[in-house]
Amino acid sequence: MATETVAEEVEAGMPQLDFSTYPNQVFWLVVTLIVIYLVLSRIALPRIGAVLAERAGTITNDIGAAEELKAKADAAEAAYEKALVDARTEANRIVAETKAEIQAELDVELQKADAEIAARTAESEKAISEIRASAVESVSAVAKDTAAEIVRVFGGSVDQAAVDAAVEAQIKGGAA
Amino acid sequence: MADEAHGDEGGLVFHPLDQFIIKPLFGDGPIHWYTVTNSTLWMAIAVLCIVLLLVTGTRKRQMVPGRTQSVAELLYGFVYKMVEDVTGKEGAKYFPYILTVFLFILFANYLALLPMSFSPTSQFAVTAVLGVGVFVIVTVLGFVLNGPAFLALFWMKDAPLVLRPVIALIELISYFVRPLSHSIRLAGNIMAGHAVLKVFAGFAAIAAISPVSILAIVAIYGLEVLVAGIQAYVFTILTCVYLKDALHPSH
Repeated sequence: MATETVAEEVEAGMPQLDFSTYPNQVFWLVVTLIVIYLVLSRIALPRIGAVLAERAGTITNDIGAAEELKAKADAAEAAYEKALVDARTEANRIVAETKAEIQAELDVELQKADAEIAARTAESEKAISEIRASAVESVSAVAKDTAAEIVRVFGGSVDQAAVDAAVEAQIKGGAA
Repeated sequence: MADEAHGDEGGLVFHPLDQFIIKPLFGDGPIHWYTVTNSTLWMAIAVLCIVLLLVTGTRKRQMVPGRTQSVAELLYGFVYKMVEDVTGKEGAKYFPYILTVFLFILFANYLALLPMSFSPTSQFAVTAVLGVGVFVIVTVLGFVLNGPAFLALFWMKDAPLVLRPVIALIELISYFVRPLSHSIRLAGNIMAGHAVLKVFAGFAAIAAISPVSILAIVAIYGLEVLVAGIQAYVFTILTCVYLKDALHPSH
């Protein structure tokens, strides 16, 4: 191997101080650095820089969009709340209206019913008074007949008119 | 590999630095400037990994990134933020160069932790080019952007007038020492860690000590995983700090 030949040359000291290899190392180092520099400045750095810038832009945009959406959500929530309040007042209004309507209807019905009840009552009272009158008439007729019959039984002459008058007077007197 | 060649001398003769020897990949012979060596191979593997991660990994350009794309974006964001924090907005246009250096060191360091691999960042030749590259770029940029005003970097306006020349001298020396410390720090850290690993690996040949030695290797390896990342980070952030001097010399 090459080890022996080279090793003998540098046996005395550090291999790093073997100046015969310097031109070689310097040449290849410069080549290496130039290659790295070209690769970086031509390809890698613009690409990574672009990716980072694009990402930063995207993040900024996303944050902006998120803020916009948040504002929208807030607005939607406010609108929802407003709609809720509106609906509640509307419902209250409808309830009150309905109540009033029902009340009015009820009043009308009640009046109607009252009137009917009054009419019926009057009718009934009329019927009762009629019945009572007819009953009184019947009672007086029966009383006259009975009185006339009693008078006849006791052998008196029956003067129908006198009997009737007497009975009438008796009933009136009894009633009074 | 290299250990086996020397291992017949009783097991305790280590050659922990042999792992840093540069060898031609194909055949023997002298190393010309164009020769493909083990160092070249591992640099190429580093390039391949970088391409796989940053190009292939981001191919889909997903809005919600997958695993590899996340890692690529993480690296991008990490280094970009570092450059921006240290040098300000004006430094952002040097970001590709700084990321190049960072990724090369990071991948070279981590790939070097694979067994049988080679660590290009342990070579002074490599780190010196990186360090001097930063030094030259910063100095040239400093003068191009600021003109002679760049020299105000060494002239402390806050210091007492008597001390200013002294401070200027110290600043000047420290400025020129920067590339040296910048490069030696990286190579030294990586080399030391790998050499220590090799030494403990050599001790593992002795049955009595081998359990301790293997535990030590595990511990040092864990430390090296940290060092590999930290040194890449340190090199990069110092590059940013030096770059800041070029962009804003008047402190």
